[in-house]
Amino acid sequence: MATQVTLKILRYDPEKDKKAHFETYEVEADPLDRILDVLNTVKWYKDGSLTYRRSCAHGVCGSDAMRINGRNRLACKVLVRDVGGDTGKKIQIEPMLGFKILRDLVVDMDPFFEKYKSIKPYLINYEDAPASSERLQSAEDREIFDETTKCILCGACSGSCPPYWSNQDFIGPAAIVNAHRFIFDSRDQGSDERLAILGQGEGVFRCRTVYNCTDACPRDIPVTKAIEQIRRAMLYNR
Amino acid sequence: MSTETKTTQHQPADPVKKINRRWTRSGGRPRPSSNFELFSWYFFRISGVLLLFFALLHLLIMHLINNVDVITYQFIAERWASPLWRTYDLLLLVLALTHGLNGVRVLIYDYIHARGWRTFAISVLYTVGILFLLLGAQVILTFQPQLQNVAPK
Repeated sequence: MATQVTLKILRYDPEKDKKAHFETYEVEADPLDRILDVLNTVKWYKDGSLTYRRSCAHGVCGSDAMRINGRNRLACKVLVRDVGGDTGKKIQIEPMLGFKILRDLVVDMDPFFEKYKSIKPYLINYEDAPASSERLQSAEDREIFDETTKCILCGACSGSCPPYWSNQDFIGPAAIVNAHRFIFDSRDQGSDERLAILGQGEGVFRCRTVYNCTDACPRDIPVTKAIEQIRRAMLYNR
Repeated sequence: MSTETKTTQHQPADPVKKINRRWTRSGGRPRPSSNFELFSWYFFRISGVLLLFFALLHLLIMHLINNVDVITYQFIAERWASPLWRTYDLLLLVLALTHGLNGVRVLIYDYIHARGWRTFAISVLYTVGILFLLLGAQVILTFQPQLQNVAPK
């Protein structure tokens, strides 16, 4: 059953606009449509110049993280009815804060991935792998970092983090989550290197425990808890 | 099947204790370049918990049990006649000041990004902090109660 939905989208075209500004669109949508479907309707039938990232459209690739009614969400995982769009409420859509806007809802993710790379997001093991088998790990050891393996690098956590907004050097929750994934891996030997990186001024100690990241994560990773575990690991393993 | 890799059997433990501590290729464990941020963070927790006790008790005694108009020179002189209260007030001063300074330091690092201005702000902060610490400590430590000289109103 289609209803009228009002979208308020922050638009910015670097070739035309000096400043980003809101534009309002009225489109028909089903309460069970996802915000991404509504954006598609706008792009395909109302204004083809609207620009946003999308790829898999099923909450796996992490391309379409954006600010929906003030909270970072994946547009493909939020339904119109979740944000009250079917009851006449305006749905406000903005690019994520803390990133440079390239155009409309597309932000510059390069600094984000630089920070991600800086924590060495790969297995470090200085011993040769056993010739006859893989590096084995018990189910219990795997369980310890299970939550942080779920990250899809959408940037919703970092883009919701007030210290990240105010300080462009802060490494951000996403990079910390991915460091956690290796720091607590029994097969990995790079914990000390990563802890040394995260222990610096722009690492885990810039976190102010705001919990926005935990709210924003589309994969329900307990981000703040992961950060806290890293800080405690530094304290107890000095 | 050969299992050269050791998989440890254990009950689900605190993940923090489960860090794999092995040696790097160079032979030594890399030391964090500085533990200052870690110390500062830990100090925040400890001083916060202590201040909860110190500041609340201070508030209770100085503002709730004794009204402001009873707190005179006489009152303070009697209070500071005991080294216990001097120690208490000194601890309160040091904890509250360092906890607050640490908070402002963190704010400066969050919001002032230009190197020059940051250095300036931090310098001012430390100067003012040390000055207040010295002034407060001087009063608490060198105060001589002169009970007999004070005529009650």
